[in-house]
Amino acid sequence: MTKYFTEDHEWIAVAGNVATLGITDYAQSQLGDVVYAEVPEVGRVLKKGEEAAVVESVKAASEVYAPVSGTVVEANTALSDSPATVNEDPEGAGWFCKIELADAGELASLMDEDAYKAFVAGL
Amino acid sequence: MTSHDDSTPLKTPLYDAHVTLGARMVPFAGYLMPVQYEGIIAEHQHTRAKAGLFDVSHMGQAVLVGPDHATTAAALEALVPADVRDLAPGKQRYSQLLNETGGILDDLMFFRFADPSRDGAIGLVVNAACKAADYAHIAARLPDGVRLDVHDKALLALQGPTAVDVMVRLGAAVADWDFMDVGPVRLAGIDVFASRSGYTGEDGFEISVAADKAAALWAALIADPDVKPIGLGARDSLRLEGGLCLYGHDIDTTTTPVEGGLVWSIQKRRRAEGGFPGAAIVQKQLAEGVGRKRVGIRPAGKAPARDGTEVLNAAGATIGVITSGGFGPTVGGPIAMGYVKSDSAAVGTAVQLMVRGKPIAAEIVALPFVPARFHRTAK
Repeated sequence: MTKYFTEDHEWIAVAGNVATLGITDYAQSQLGDVVYAEVPEVGRVLKKGEEAAVVESVKAASEVYAPVSGTVVEANTALSDSPATVNEDPEGAGWFCKIELADAGELASLMDEDAYKAFVAGL
Repeated sequence: MTSHDDSTPLKTPLYDAHVTLGARMVPFAGYLMPVQYEGIIAEHQHTRAKAGLFDVSHMGQAVLVGPDHATTAAALEALVPADVRDLAPGKQRYSQLLNETGGILDDLMFFRFADPSRDGAIGLVVNAACKAADYAHIAARLPDGVRLDVHDKALLALQGPTAVDVMVRLGAAVADWDFMDVGPVRLAGIDVFASRSGYTGEDGFEISVAADKAAALWAALIADPDVKPIGLGARDSLRLEGGLCLYGHDIDTTTTPVEGGLVWSIQKRRRAEGGFPGAAIVQKQLAEGVGRKRVGIRPAGKAPARDGTEVLNAAGATIGVITSGGFGPTVGGPIAMGYVKSDSAAVGTAVQLMVRGKPIAAEIVALPFVPARFHRTAK
């Protein structure tokens, strides 16, 4: 399983041709207490860069963009009852959805973990 | 709200204290202010349970100074719809600076000093984002013999059910004070001027202190086991649950005190006599009603509806807009305030909110969302 990151602080973990999508620990710490999460419906076709999910803190709503194109094959509906999971385990149980990749070539445009760490350090 | 994005943000005398406590500092109304320390929900809950300490030094503090109370009160009554004349010494009131059409230029607190030697003086506390405009507006309209002195004091707010106990532990003789009482007290060995008021719906105090004593006072208050520092994030969720207006969102120059549900702050004599800017319009609205009203709105699900969200009636026609919306930690769900057409403003009315292009069910509810716990003595 390989993990990739975006400059908008999403991560995907790719196993085979399925990518699990979430937001990074840095993103959740910037958002603060998450009080609401909206995940996409299974079957929805997402284009790279399109809004895939919504995460809301006490203060504001933020969009979670699809880092890659593909079809939603699973959504983490548990977030509806426990949105704070996004704060507690953003890169584990706080995932939003799983996307079946439409074009594995898109992965090349994303950052690896070291590149993302360097990116965050520079913010 | 005024934007100060072009200029370097100012710092309050407590900036270093916030940074030391690990606050996340954000620009707000021209100042770098703490938005949160440990987290908005924890800070909100702490304020409702014990005592939260807020730095509100960005707000404007000024004093109108005239020869006697009647003269100074008349000068202020020409600008606001509240009864200033009959305010008792040592008491504070809430009001609004109005424009010629009854629109709200800012909302403010004003108070009368109990000390007879200061009886021609009336203190003012105004919003940070509006203060420069407020001072210019007021100064331009004062009669000869009344002047506006602007202070650079710090302002702290201690809010919550045990705020009074903390004050007493630090030596302030305020246990017997009623809601909206004001006066000089000695707190932690420092001379301050306090009021029993605030903007969280809780009992509490606002404490005006010399800028060079602010850090010492903050340190003394924060050392009390009941006290935690609270940022602007929780201040916003607390005041929204308390049904209290945020200037620039829930009230502004396009809303009158009648539309804004602030008629309680216009005392009987002023409603009858007028004599404030926009009085004819406000009196007409009092007599004939208004086309739209500020209401509480409770979304049915879990999704918050933010400022600017369109409000529709059950049939799908637009009837208003949300002006403050978010998550209420004490309520445990999304809450909002906004303006709707008066015929849809009754408590219990079913409405819809357009959130990200989809209608979600909501209901008009009574304000506040969380009952106020002000310290009002039965008289």
